[in-house]
Amino acid sequence: MSQGPEEKTGLLDAPWQDEPPVLTPGQSYGSVTDQIADAVLTRPIGLGWLAGLAIGMGLVALLGAAVTYLFLVGVGIWGINIPVGWGFAIINFVWWIGIGHAGTLISAILLLLKQTWRNSINRFAEAMTLFAVACAGMFPLLHMGRPWLGYWMFPYPNSMGVWPQFRSPLVWDVFAVSTYATISAVFWYVGLVPDFATMREKAQSRYTKSIYGLLAMGWRGSARHWKRYEALYILLAGLATPLVLSVHTVVSFDFAISIVPGWHTTIFPPYFVAGAIYSGFAMVLVLAIPIRHFYGLQNMITMRHLQNSAKIMLATGLIVAYGYIFEAFIAFYSGSTYERFMMENRWFGPYAVFYWALILLNLVVPQVLWIPKVRANTTWLFLISLVILVGMWLERFIIIITSLSRDFLPSSWGHYVATRWDYAVFAGTLGFFAAAIFIFIRIMPAISIFEMRQLLPESEVKAK
Amino acid sequence: MSHKALSPAIYGLIAEFDTSTELVEAAQAAYAAGYRKMDAYSPFPIEEASDAIGFHKSRVPLVVLLGGLLGGLSGFGLQYWINVIAYPLNIGGKPYDSWPAFIVPTFEMTILFAGLSGMFGMFALNGLPMPYHPLFHVEQFSRVTRDKFFLCVEAADPKFDIVDTQRFMQSLKPVSIAEVPH
Repeated sequence: MSQGPEEKTGLLDAPWQDEPPVLTPGQSYGSVTDQIADAVLTRPIGLGWLAGLAIGMGLVALLGAAVTYLFLVGVGIWGINIPVGWGFAIINFVWWIGIGHAGTLISAILLLLKQTWRNSINRFAEAMTLFAVACAGMFPLLHMGRPWLGYWMFPYPNSMGVWPQFRSPLVWDVFAVSTYATISAVFWYVGLVPDFATMREKAQSRYTKSIYGLLAMGWRGSARHWKRYEALYILLAGLATPLVLSVHTVVSFDFAISIVPGWHTTIFPPYFVAGAIYSGFAMVLVLAIPIRHFYGLQNMITMRHLQNSAKIMLATGLIVAYGYIFEAFIAFYSGSTYERFMMENRWFGPYAVFYWALILLNLVVPQVLWIPKVRANTTWLFLISLVILVGMWLERFIIIITSLSRDFLPSSWGHYVATRWDYAVFAGTLGFFAAAIFIFIRIMPAISIFEMRQLLPESEVKAK
Repeated sequence: MSHKALSPAIYGLIAEFDTSTELVEAAQAAYAAGYRKMDAYSPFPIEEASDAIGFHKSRVPLVVLLGGLLGGLSGFGLQYWINVIAYPLNIGGKPYDSWPAFIVPTFEMTILFAGLSGMFGMFALNGLPMPYHPLFHVEQFSRVTRDKFFLCVEAADPKFDIVDTQRFMQSLKPVSIAEVPH
């Protein structure tokens, strides 16, 4: 939104010593436009991009095969069985949807907080959200066993005369996730419209011109249009902010509303939301660091962005740590035998190695982010982000598997081992995500062009 | 061109500027000179520009509010009707009207309707999609999506006069002035 001139100069000159700028000086409206648009329009397709897309598409093919076999045979090809009915599918669902949350945080919450540095990373972070939600959405559908009946979850008049049961958090999930996907897409598209107009004017071939032209809807930058546009943009941010908090809260309700030891706890909503943002920023860095490197965007996605993301990871990581500590504390303080056993089982049970790996990867290793030199090193940031992504996946594994495999009655205990089909589907969604990102950066401006123009000090109207 | 006598031969006159400040000053001058049917065009939102042309308030927030209210009410109503009237189920002895449990979908429906009506409302109020517009005939106007700023006084304005308005626009010291054909 609009800032005072002194704030704008603050974006160029570092506010503190040694703090890198948000936008390197010496850029103009034209130069930012060309740099972002030409990455799509004129840059030749490179071998690296093709190789990346090929790997992604290869994994998508694996996903297709795994899903086909799943539909033919049923969910029995996965490692799930009673008592562990929720396996990889739900772990991956929670993991993917969590990753999406950072995109909304960047585009909506940081917009409301006037953190203008977000302007250079919001576009691809929103794309990341959409693709992550698409990956997440696949899992509950596949896990149903009969995904062709998935529409039964929605309330619609039907000849069977049955309706959904709205006291169930699983139905809330349907509403939360589908709303989240829709609003994320709306926010993303609305943000893209003025940039599509730029692409329309810059495109050379008649064919690309008309596609961008259709997407731009005839946008012509009228002041009246901008006024309504800005009103909508800030309102969408205001709507998306409680929405993003609600989505992972509802996801945590899937667990917390039940009475399973280790799930039935009030700390879940905040701890899930913090964990979601934690893993989401890790994914932002995993994407941003290679993109700025290979597309030469160091002047727009500066070290400031990477360092700010690292600081957010550090902060949310500490909230997650608080969650882990209090989970353990309450397990003993509650005086419940089952809760205490749940914790001892996590520490010393059959999955203890995963628990301690989680503590190492999610809590211990990320503490090196306290060191400014680590935050200033892209290789370190990239590696730590990968570590956090693995750690957050393990967190969901621990929560779901340890609690389900050993609940109240030892006679009904079991042991869960994932099968190759579990891994195939998970790898397939990773490939889907990667392929979608690769295609996205070739066909759409990966950085919001009009918001970059706003970052330039000359965009400010000087009073007479 | 059958109704040539009724509508003026051109859509308006358009002046091109290099900076946002010049655009806003030009728009203020045009408003002060009595022009009302005009619009400013820029490559990014400029709050002062819409104020300068006399467009202060958009109805988008109202549309979003109404959409949100509709979504929330229909979301809650749907659940109440389903779980209390149409298909009551006894779940663990909880009351049929377990309204706290209905809050989550109610909230989500509020956000969903508010967001969608906001997007469709914004496009509808803006008259978009509009793939054709007379301004697209002006060659330099394509830079409005890049780095140039434009002020267009429309021929439909009662004060518009091809000679006078052109002279007035010259006084704003634009980079260029062009006639906008229909």
